[in-house]
Amino acid sequence: MTRVRFHQSLEDLKEKLLVMAGMAEQAIQRAIEAYRVRDLSICDLVDRGEMAINRFEREIDQTALDLLAMEQPMAIDLRFILAVIKINADVERVGDSAVTISDRVRDLQAFPVADLPVDIPRMATLAAAMVRKALQSFIEADAEMAQSVLSMDDSVDKLNGNAYFSLLNLMKQEPQMTPQALHALMIARSLERVADHATNIAEDVIFWVSGADVRHHMSVRNHNESQDSQ
Amino acid sequence: MGVGIEVKDLNAWYGSNHTLQDINLNIQPNEATALIGPSGCGKSTFVRCLNRMHETNPIAKVTGSVRIGDLDIYNDASPVEVRRRIGMVFQRPNPFPTMSIYDNVASGLRLNGFRNRRVLDEVVERSLKHAALWDEVKDELKKKSGASLSGGQQQRLCIARALAVDPEVLLMDEPASALDPVSTAKIEDLIFQLKSQYTIIIVTHNMQQAARVAERTGFFLNGKLVEFDSTHKIFTNPRDKRTEDYITGRFG
Repeated sequence: MTRVRFHQSLEDLKEKLLVMAGMAEQAIQRAIEAYRVRDLSICDLVDRGEMAINRFEREIDQTALDLLAMEQPMAIDLRFILAVIKINADVERVGDSAVTISDRVRDLQAFPVADLPVDIPRMATLAAAMVRKALQSFIEADAEMAQSVLSMDDSVDKLNGNAYFSLLNLMKQEPQMTPQALHALMIARSLERVADHATNIAEDVIFWVSGADVRHHMSVRNHNESQDSQ
Repeated sequence: MGVGIEVKDLNAWYGSNHTLQDINLNIQPNEATALIGPSGCGKSTFVRCLNRMHETNPIAKVTGSVRIGDLDIYNDASPVEVRRRIGMVFQRPNPFPTMSIYDNVASGLRLNGFRNRRVLDEVVERSLKHAALWDEVKDELKKKSGASLSGGQQQRLCIARALAVDPEVLLMDEPASALDPVSTAKIEDLIFQLKSQYTIIIVTHNMQQAARVAERTGFFLNGKLVEFDSTHKIFTNPRDKRTEDYITGRFG
């Protein structure tokens, strides 16, 4: 090893991003718990956590910018820093989604508890599992594990689609339930976005580890073939 | 115009030291090709084999073939003929210190027997313009010596001197390593412009420089060509772990 300090800085950057990601993951869990038990004090925790996440986002971008400017990284190190910058943005947006959910839980508080035709906890479990797996693939630099996250996204999309139609039906049949149904729809939509961010994180891990750009349903093999033909 | 270079089974020795081993590669015409690798990896020896300078050392030996365009340089041409077609620029600018700027540039032509004043004037002006030095020296061509110029200007003077004999290939061995960033940028800009007329091979320890100027890059290690690919591929996602370890500083 010759660039010891630089590579230690990359490790520090990774660690910081993982701390922030842990906070975002916890924020989603808290927001869903607040929905389940209708406890607004948990919503306050989500809001406070969001401020810390935003602070981390700025620090990570600044460190990444400094390393790009001062160390002029190459190859896997360059891909790592690019991946960190993008994952950083996605993790911050996961935190934003938690805040959106918590805001909706606050709004729902004005209405009596109703049995809505949408399984929010199940969607949340799936979306959170995607985030956790994407982050695990980042910790272990495991492109195969990251690839498996991509295929999980369809299930969350499907649940979100089902939620849309069930809640639309509810609004048609019981118009007085429209406000609750709309809030639930927004929560489902936020969880679907969380799953999308997990997908983005997994794609960035694949790019970092293998150099392949698999965004927009491009497979690793297609990517390699297009690179070879250049 | 630049020409392509085809290297087949090239091996080189200094005494018993086998410094280049089974090198095979094709260099494209009118492109800049960068050669990178740690000190002693063989990249400078490789470049010196391309203009038959390696063999000037009595204990050196070369086998294999090198074709520059249609010319088999080890079988069809004399070293003098080869060096006329392949110009070389070295790490430290080496103008002839007692000669004027004009005489430095004209020296190669005079060695080749050119005496016509008008032709020499034309070639000196054209070469200095190609080397992006003309505007800075045109008023003192015959008054100032080559050694009185700044380091960056001296290096461009050496490039002009190399271009004056109308080569097809320009070999540059660390051409900017002794220069400040502004002079380095001028040399790099120059490499870009020269590509349209010459084939350029540049040995460099500066990875960013290779990434900036070259279309293709070769990585040498322990006398072997480990990887040769588009510069984009080498610096973003090389195929060989040894290349990646070297360019990311994990090497050694």
